[in-house]
Amino acid sequence: MLCASSISYAYGDAEVLHDIDLRVEVGNLVGILGPNGSGKTTLLKLLAGLLTPTHGHVTLDGIEVTRCARQEVAKRLAMVPQATELAFDYTAFDIVLMGRYPHLQAFELEGPSDINIVRRMLTLTGTSHLEDRTFRTLSGGEKQRVVLASALAQFDSGSSGTAEPTTNRVLLLDEPTSSLDLAFQLATAELLGRLNESQATTVVLCTHDLNLAAGLCRELVLLRDGKLVAAGEPAAVLTPETVGAVFDVDVDIRCHPANGRVSVIPVARRARPS
Amino acid sequence: MPGVSALPALRPIAGNHLRRRLWRIHLGFGLLALVTCLCAPLVGSTNIDLGRVFDPTLRFAENVDAQIFIIARLPRALAGALVGASLAAAGVVLQALLRNPLATPFTLGVSAGASLGAMLVISLGLPLTVLGIPAVSLASFTGAIGALAIVYALATMRRQGLSTLVLLLAGVTLNSLFSAIILFVQFLADPTQTFQAIRWVMGNLDVGTYRPLVWALPPIGAAFIVFARLPRALNLLTLGADNAATRGVDVLRTQRLAFVSASLATGAAVAVGGPIGFIGIIIPHLVRLLVGADHRLVLPASACLGAAFLIVCDVGARTLLSPMELPVGVITAMLGGPFFLWLLVSSHRRS
Repeated sequence: MLCASSISYAYGDAEVLHDIDLRVEVGNLVGILGPNGSGKTTLLKLLAGLLTPTHGHVTLDGIEVTRCARQEVAKRLAMVPQATELAFDYTAFDIVLMGRYPHLQAFELEGPSDINIVRRMLTLTGTSHLEDRTFRTLSGGEKQRVVLASALAQFDSGSSGTAEPTTNRVLLLDEPTSSLDLAFQLATAELLGRLNESQATTVVLCTHDLNLAAGLCRELVLLRDGKLVAAGEPAAVLTPETVGAVFDVDVDIRCHPANGRVSVIPVARRARPS
Repeated sequence: MPGVSALPALRPIAGNHLRRRLWRIHLGFGLLALVTCLCAPLVGSTNIDLGRVFDPTLRFAENVDAQIFIIARLPRALAGALVGASLAAAGVVLQALLRNPLATPFTLGVSAGASLGAMLVISLGLPLTVLGIPAVSLASFTGAIGALAIVYALATMRRQGLSTLVLLLAGVTLNSLFSAIILFVQFLADPTQTFQAIRWVMGNLDVGTYRPLVWALPPIGAAFIVFARLPRALNLLTLGADNAATRGVDVLRTQRLAFVSASLATGAAVAVGGPIGFIGIIIPHLVRLLVGADHRLVLPASACLGAAFLIVCDVGARTLLSPMELPVGVITAMLGGPFFLWLLVSSHRRS
């Protein structure tokens, strides 16, 4: 279980998160929503242990993440940042292979099982055909999927070729669909849903896509100005009142007749109260 | 939908590919450095024969070829190897650390710091040796490490981590600050000393004996022991600190190790041969074109190629205008400059 206890974070004097409590149960799929600058990415980085909260602490299965050895954390927790830029010419395959880092000893080389895991993750994310391409030459969406494959390659212990024991793994994603076309948005959502269901991977993602979040997540967290505004099941959180108050937009919320999912339709922009 | 319709089957592949490639590249580049190191001393005003140098039937005292090889010329080739390998490897490490393929071992103020140290010793007419080490070498090493210490302190001052941006900016600023001080000292110094100092800046591998190499070996050896452990973490650092940390790299520790080891190697190399430019940037680039971006291949291959390249440049320095000797720094820059410009243009065209 990933647990944030009354965490705050400030960049210098500017406090961007204030007193957030968040419990992500094993196997949950949580979406963090909020307008630009509401602290979504900072919250994700705090959960990943990349930042140390100025107050409070984040624990993974009861142990404070910032106090654990990164290599141990990495076997159970992976993160896909919003964008990855590279100065050197690695291939997509190289990038995914780097996901095996936490499982290798100091001078150990990747073996056949690691290569197999990499191939599997490339296929899983629909990037097999890109494996020999230079990462820098990929499109934004292709990069996002390759980095996702790399993050997924971290989890497999690689010891057995058979089904993995379902350990507690947490996958954090920062706007995983921001540069994807419609088909890959759905494909990624489907993949995340499937990882979550069949392999008991806990998923936490931030996104601007309310409809995607409504369809995919079991639980939503709404942030505004660094404070937690609402949390709960999508249907309970995504009400015209809450969404309107968080995003300053009048919305219409419907149930789609074909798939029964909640759809959020923006209607008009509200003047933001000062 | 691509890729998500069915769970993919396992595709068996040859697993030892990477291991074989690693061995091949280590062996190939290692042999190149070794052969260069053995052949370079054969070139010179007196012709000598490698067979006679290692002829076991001749006693060393009677073997003139062996004496010329071992006593007169080998130290210089070894100095080239040591300096070339250090600068090229330090270049690779700093480029990864700064995530900038244009970084060199001298980007962070080392060469200016070293030059200032050497300049002060020469201009103030300080004693020639301290504890048997040439004072100029000692001063340039101190200057190099001092410059890096200042840059490092600045980069770690503000946040909990190491800011590579501050590292870069502080290094560039320090470079010009030190250069200004050097000009000022030169302005005040008498012309002979100024000339001597300028000669030092041009680089010279004429070490004379093995002693300077023995002194340089501890810092360079320590740096290479650290280098050996770094490559996989460096690969990840180039993806950015966040990606590296979530993949399991202790980012701050890696950055510190990379910075300190690269500084030691650069400082010692400069103390031996002066600030010889371009090795630290062209060799890593050339190697990446040959073997790809994986630092497990790039780092050792760059060290070997750097050694070979500098030895060859130094042979050129000794022989091109013989009996006059050219400064080796001039040769590396004259070869390296145009090559680097070509690289810049062609890589721009590619992207």
